[in-house]
Amino acid sequence: MAKVEQRRGVSDETLREFFREMLLIRRFEEKVEERFRAGELPGFLHVAIGQEAVAVGVCRALADGDVIASTHRAHGHTLAKGTHPNELMAELYGKVEGCSHGYGGSMHLYDVERGNLGANAVVGGGLPAIVGAALAFKFRGEPRVAVAFFGDGATNIGTFHESLNLAQLWQVPAVFVCEDNHWAESTPESQHSPIRDLTKRAEAFGMKSMKVDGQDVEEVNKVAARALKHARDGKGPIFLLCETERLVGHYIGDPQVYRDKDELHRLEETADPLELLREKLGLSDTEYETLDREVQELVDASVEFAKNGTDPNPEDALKNVYA
Amino acid sequence: MSMPELSYREAVRDALSQAMRQDEDVFIMGEDIAEMGGSMGVTQGMLDEFGPERVRNTPISEMAIVGSGIGAAMQGMRPVVEVMYEDFLTISMEQIVNQAAKHRYMSGGQLKVPLTIRTQGGAGWSPGAQHAQQVEAWFVGVPGLKVVFASTPGDVRGLLWSAIYDDNPVVFFEHRTLYGLKEEVAEEIEPIPIGQARVHRQGEDVTVVATGRLVHESLAAAEEAEQQGVSVEVVDPRTLQPLDEEAIVASVKKTNRCVVAHEAVTRMGFGAEVAAVVQHQAFDWLDAPVERVGAKFTPLPFAPVMEEYVIPHAKDVLAAIQKTVQRDGAS
Repeated sequence: MAKVEQRRGVSDETLREFFREMLLIRRFEEKVEERFRAGELPGFLHVAIGQEAVAVGVCRALADGDVIASTHRAHGHTLAKGTHPNELMAELYGKVEGCSHGYGGSMHLYDVERGNLGANAVVGGGLPAIVGAALAFKFRGEPRVAVAFFGDGATNIGTFHESLNLAQLWQVPAVFVCEDNHWAESTPESQHSPIRDLTKRAEAFGMKSMKVDGQDVEEVNKVAARALKHARDGKGPIFLLCETERLVGHYIGDPQVYRDKDELHRLEETADPLELLREKLGLSDTEYETLDREVQELVDASVEFAKNGTDPNPEDALKNVYA
Repeated sequence: MSMPELSYREAVRDALSQAMRQDEDVFIMGEDIAEMGGSMGVTQGMLDEFGPERVRNTPISEMAIVGSGIGAAMQGMRPVVEVMYEDFLTISMEQIVNQAAKHRYMSGGQLKVPLTIRTQGGAGWSPGAQHAQQVEAWFVGVPGLKVVFASTPGDVRGLLWSAIYDDNPVVFFEHRTLYGLKEEVAEEIEPIPIGQARVHRQGEDVTVVATGRLVHESLAAAEEAEQQGVSVEVVDPRTLQPLDEEAIVASVKKTNRCVVAHEAVTRMGFGAEVAAVVQHQAFDWLDAPVERVGAKFTPLPFAPVMEEYVIPHAKDVLAAIQKTVQRDGAS
């Protein structure tokens, strides 16, 4: 009980909800890995294990009407933005009941009704559209914010620079969330960026930046709320740098030959956002097991749902090319 | 009823302006389109009428220009973005091809991208290899995009209107050398359906399918051919994707001979697609192979004499027409 009084801002109850959501993402991603290895999931997949706190912390700070665009590593953002695990799993299985109705798959998850304008398989591909969405909000005088997720790797691509420049120039209500997990696939940050502090990239465009420990969901949520308010109040876009860790390979099955395994173990032990929150909350084993059972049931049910789903008619491939 | 005379340039401006007057969701952005009125003068006067929020100068950022257009379109606005030279579409290719064209499909129908991308190109003034390419064919092969290329003031006005109000991303090509071309047009804008070809000139002996500047070169060649006793029908598809195959094939079934003509390089040009459609659907009607007229296979040279040599003219269309009729032994 003393812990509640010590903390300000986010209540214990809310943190418990965050924990549950993060645990749901974790168990979902583990299930995805398992099902992929069982040969049930077509294509290729990138799971967000280690980065759950960024997804939950940011998405839980959003208001109704805010929109997001995500990356190739989109499952966490998609769940945190409100898509039901059933619809997400069904999409991975290529079913009509999937959130993209089988047309998109893991890297093209859309849930437009819930403000998810799409995952993107092209690094940096979704940033310009977020600038445009924010521009539309500004045109219409709507108090909505457009949020782009991307990684440290994406800060090197042209769309990143053009988007930040334009967003800052036109003072649109956008938040650019950089999930700095220090890897661009197999390339460490030291090999892809000549600078260490990526907020300097926002500074180059005159854009205000905020920096946060991406493994601390409470901090992410608080800082994200500030960033969103700044944008929503018409004060301009924000670059939100979240220092996080990718506790898995780039894709499922990646042997990570390029990575120091001792370092990875160290991170698993010290930088797991779930373990960090579990400790902060002082969750008892019973509490943890209850929550784990709940989310595991949801995840297992999503696989059942997906497996019992409907395959599209092959000819459905001809639909939706044009409006 | 008076029929105002509008230049191609004014016709584009008219479509944009009328759409913007009646519809707050329409706005334009691009490089130098505000005070300067556009590098080709198309948007002159529009800043004064609509203000800087709706007539937006942009930085030199083709990816963000197109991409922010995509984002605004996804929110239900109808942006018309300008890419100053179609050569620079290459810079925004990723956003056009990977994003705009595919959002609707990849989302399983959840999104629409009612974006219009206006651009222009055209050789004949020694702009050099990076300022006069004709790249329309590249976009025809991208499912999800519509591609329009009008060749007259009335057509460009009616088609731009339709492009703006089409719920799909439209790449809208204008031709630089046609901006000054004048024509009497109706007082009110007559929207032209996307996907509808136009027969400019009726004929019996040869069908010439031409786009852009080559429509006018083909009409000149047709006049000349007439003197030689060859009756030429000139068809402008106007929309390249979706293509009015029915109109083109119907014409060839009537004339039995076909020439395709465009300013773009012949190899893999739009004419190749038309030729494939024609030979497939009118094979037994053809009395000669389909002739293709286009630029020679080089980047565009600078020196005027070399540029003149590389790009196609009326005489090249005439030569192609003559080739299709020579097979009969007819002169």
